[in-house]
Amino acid sequence: MNIFKLSYRNTISRPLSTSLSLILFTLGVGMISLLLQINRHIQTQMENNIKDIDMVVGAKGSPLQLILSAVYHIDDPTGNISFDEARQLKKNRLVESGIPLSYGDSYKGYRIVGSEHDYPNMYDATLNRGRLWQSPFEVTIGATVAKTLNITIGDKFSGSHGLIAGGETHDDHPYKVVGTFNTTNSVVDQLILTASESVWYAHHQESSDDASHKDEHGTQENHKKNTEHDITAMLIKFKSPMGMIQLPRMVNENTNMQAALPAYEIGRLFNLMGVGIDTLSAIAIVIMAVSGLSVFISLYSALKDREYEMAFMRAYGSTRWQLVWLVLQEGLLLTLSGFLLGIIFCRVGLWMVSELLETNYHYTFSGWVWLQEEWWLLGTALTIGLLSSLLPAIRVFHINISKALANA
Amino acid sequence: MDDMFKTQSLFFAYNESIYFRFPDIELTAGEDLLILGESGIGKTTLLHLMAGLLRPKSGSIALKGTSFESLSLRKLDTFRGRHIGLVFQRPQFFNALSLSENLLLIQYLAGKKQDIKRVRQVTERLAIDHKLKEKPYNMSQGEQQRAAIALAVINNPALILADEPTSSLDDKNCMKVATLLKQQAADTDATLIIITHDQRLKNLFQNTLEL
Repeated sequence: MNIFKLSYRNTISRPLSTSLSLILFTLGVGMISLLLQINRHIQTQMENNIKDIDMVVGAKGSPLQLILSAVYHIDDPTGNISFDEARQLKKNRLVESGIPLSYGDSYKGYRIVGSEHDYPNMYDATLNRGRLWQSPFEVTIGATVAKTLNITIGDKFSGSHGLIAGGETHDDHPYKVVGTFNTTNSVVDQLILTASESVWYAHHQESSDDASHKDEHGTQENHKKNTEHDITAMLIKFKSPMGMIQLPRMVNENTNMQAALPAYEIGRLFNLMGVGIDTLSAIAIVIMAVSGLSVFISLYSALKDREYEMAFMRAYGSTRWQLVWLVLQEGLLLTLSGFLLGIIFCRVGLWMVSELLETNYHYTFSGWVWLQEEWWLLGTALTIGLLSSLLPAIRVFHINISKALANA
Repeated sequence: MDDMFKTQSLFFAYNESIYFRFPDIELTAGEDLLILGESGIGKTTLLHLMAGLLRPKSGSIALKGTSFESLSLRKLDTFRGRHIGLVFQRPQFFNALSLSENLLLIQYLAGKKQDIKRVRQVTERLAIDHKLKEKPYNMSQGEQQRAAIALAVINNPALILADEPTSSLDDKNCMKVATLLKQQAADTDATLIIITHDQRLKNLFQNTLEL
């Protein structure tokens, strides 16, 4: 039996006010921590995926949509561009490399992307099993795709038209899995990669079969000239920062294509999201402040009932500092357990958000890390605990034992 | 033999109109004293002075040769915990703790070793050892009064001070509690002082002092 045990027992002997303080504190800490974690996850995911992509070239439309669809594969493509025109751009002296992407089909919600081997190489994707695609209709699949769809080397499937599951299937051209990638924590995990030709062949056939597809794909050109191919976007890496200044303007003014800078667009997106995150943080901070107040009220009102008990402790030899410590410990115990519960709450919430993203966007959060900011959160929690127990502690320090005992 | 407990010309004043002067007390180890007085005469004030809970305006108190004036507030708290056992009019406990935890905590507060054997021994003698796991507020009034005595004697104090320990009890329980207190004090060779207005106790004590 010691002071710590006593403060613990005192705390649980007031179940109602203790749970109120705990719930409020848990909510406050949990919300802030959840916001911090989600923010970090999104930022690292976003930055991970930008990698070496300085500029994206695609059909004219919303630049943000182009970035979201070509870099993150979470939005619909803006349309198609001519492969020849995009290839011309690769010859520019400011361009180091350009990776063509052709997409628009999917399998059970996972996107089928036609590209070159440079694309997985850019994300340092290594093969888990099998090999990269060599000929049309061979595919190499990302780790998440392999895991969730439970498909492996040798399996065959037909892609469906459009980017959501349930579209019309291209049954004439089944894809064959020839390899799987290791987890890269990038967009590659969620993709089915194949040769650009696969996508072309699948669609040329259809364009001639069924002219109604041409509008959605904007493939009027290649309908007439089968030798000329379309792609959806091209990921460009600059040789020098000069490219940043000259190329986007050049592309936007002189070609039928649109150039968008991922870093700029994502920065803009974060600015928009920031408003929402700031509002939620403010609410969470208010909740934490209220919970601090409730800890204070709980301790202070308990103290009134326990003034006798405190005097009694003094009468039996405990010093004034022991009483102060007792009250401080009760405050710290409450806030510290509130903090721990909040962190658990946050991790559970994070897992749920991750599951939600997985089903809706095929995105997962990876890596459970302790953030620097969470140490600050711990510091804040302890400060709140100290502050809210300070006044009761001062009162206990100056207690008049004789009077308190006589009044009992 | 030296006096175990001694007070000299104690004077205490709450303000200019409420003040008390107390007669001197000298007791040897194992000696009992019953202090009788009507309400408002300063009984509780005297008890708090003797327990070191209040500082006298003038005069001196010494227990086992240590005078209270020479001790700092902190040292006085510790000294009281080690050497003085207190029984209050209304039994009070740490409500969040069981009886045995109450007793262990009191050993801890006095800076003594937490000794469950001693806890058992004391509660057995007071016939409440079957209640060790219970919360004191769930016990009967008689058991609570005995538990309060257990708290007072657990640390083998040299001086046991009891403030109206019997005033709320019926005749039978009054005698029982008073006898128990005397017995416990005798067992540990402690000096016992009971302050009360309860005239029923008069016959049990040889030393009485009327305020």
